[in-house]
Amino acid sequence: MAAALTNQLHALVNNMFATGLLDDQFQQLQMLQDSSAPDFVSEVVTLFCDDGERIIGELARQLDKPNVDFDRVDSFAHQLKGSSASVGAQQVKNTCIQFREFCQQRSRDGCLKTLDLVRTEFYDLRNKFQVMLQVLPNVLKIHLTLSIEFH
Amino acid sequence: MMLPDGPILVESIPGKIWSKSARDPAFHESPPVLSSHRSTIRGGRSISLPSSMAVATEAQFHVLAVDDSLPDRKLIERLLKTSSFQGTTRFSLLLAALLSQLLWGLASDGRFGSVCAVTAVDSGSKALEFLGLHDHEESPISDQLDVAVNLIITDYCMPGMTGYDLLKKIKESSYLRDIPVVIMSSDNIPSRINRCLEEGADEFLLKPVRLSDMSKLKPHILKSRCKEHYEQEQHLQSNSSCISRDSHKRKAADDEILPSTIRPRHC
Repeated sequence: MAAALTNQLHALVNNMFATGLLDDQFQQLQMLQDSSAPDFVSEVVTLFCDDGERIIGELARQLDKPNVDFDRVDSFAHQLKGSSASVGAQQVKNTCIQFREFCQQRSRDGCLKTLDLVRTEFYDLRNKFQVMLQVLPNVLKIHLTLSIEFH
Repeated sequence: MMLPDGPILVESIPGKIWSKSARDPAFHESPPVLSSHRSTIRGGRSISLPSSMAVATEAQFHVLAVDDSLPDRKLIERLLKTSSFQGTTRFSLLLAALLSQLLWGLASDGRFGSVCAVTAVDSGSKALEFLGLHDHEESPISDQLDVAVNLIITDYCMPGMTGYDLLKKIKESSYLRDIPVVIMSSDNIPSRINRCLEEGADEFLLKPVRLSDMSKLKPHILKSRCKEHYEQEQHLQSNSSCISRDSHKRKAADDEILPSTIRPRHC
């Protein structure tokens, strides 16, 4: 049973790298986890998920206004871009870059479409992190120990 | 959820907290700052140190990190604490660690790289407050820093006071200007980078920051450390009328064994 879960976790994480959801910055996080900080990855990822949810809420609020303050929208997109880059959430980061371009263009439509996209991608990523960190936390620690040897 | 190898059954685990997490307070410090002991040393009075302060594997460096993003603060703090900035030999640290374990029975995690204390704040104004500088002043309220800060590392884009604004304020302060300042930014804008370097930033790091970036900080931290040691020695020598020849000898021996800045002085 444990072996099957380990295999599925490996498959999940590898898939996240292969499909571009995650980039090598996530491996940097893995490298920073050890016996003196055994929950580091889980803690950073949790902070990112909380922060991301907050920012997406703000983006929706800002774009709902009759007169959109695009500079403000841009600064929120910039925040999300930054934190996603820091945890290796590549796909979300790239969508934030697109988002900022629509802000520069003052395109409400463009921003709204990109908000939908980033929201979908963010929640998909969060679900996968949730599996990784909540359902399989001990397996994750084993996986991280093993994956460092293979990377 | 479908995975390449087939479906995985996900059951929610009652009691597990996902979306709510305890936020760091605005000031997040670890381990305890090397605060009032400095002023006590300068006064030349003997002090009894709490055991946590006298441990040789105790933090030798103190970095102030400034970033409005909570995940980024977590990351930079871990990066700094993981990195080894030591300037003394591993042997003297090993000896110190063995002694500290013998004398105080304290558990050491055995990693001599963990010698960096980090204070992480979420804004430039909080950083200045921590450094003892308030908005309209050039020098802090007391005549000395409460804590020795060897490096300030700050994000560029922050609401209110940017990292650049913070840099300027630090360089304008005769008291703070010698502390090395490093700027981080996720935007690679050459004019921004140049502006910061011209204003006196010692280094500019592109985010996301990674382990390999920490080696760029080492020369600045060590330089700041040497300067701090030099200044401490000057102050201790000015109190030398209180010190007998014997304790001079002991001081020399202490230098070998305990590289920590804070040493009790006896007049």
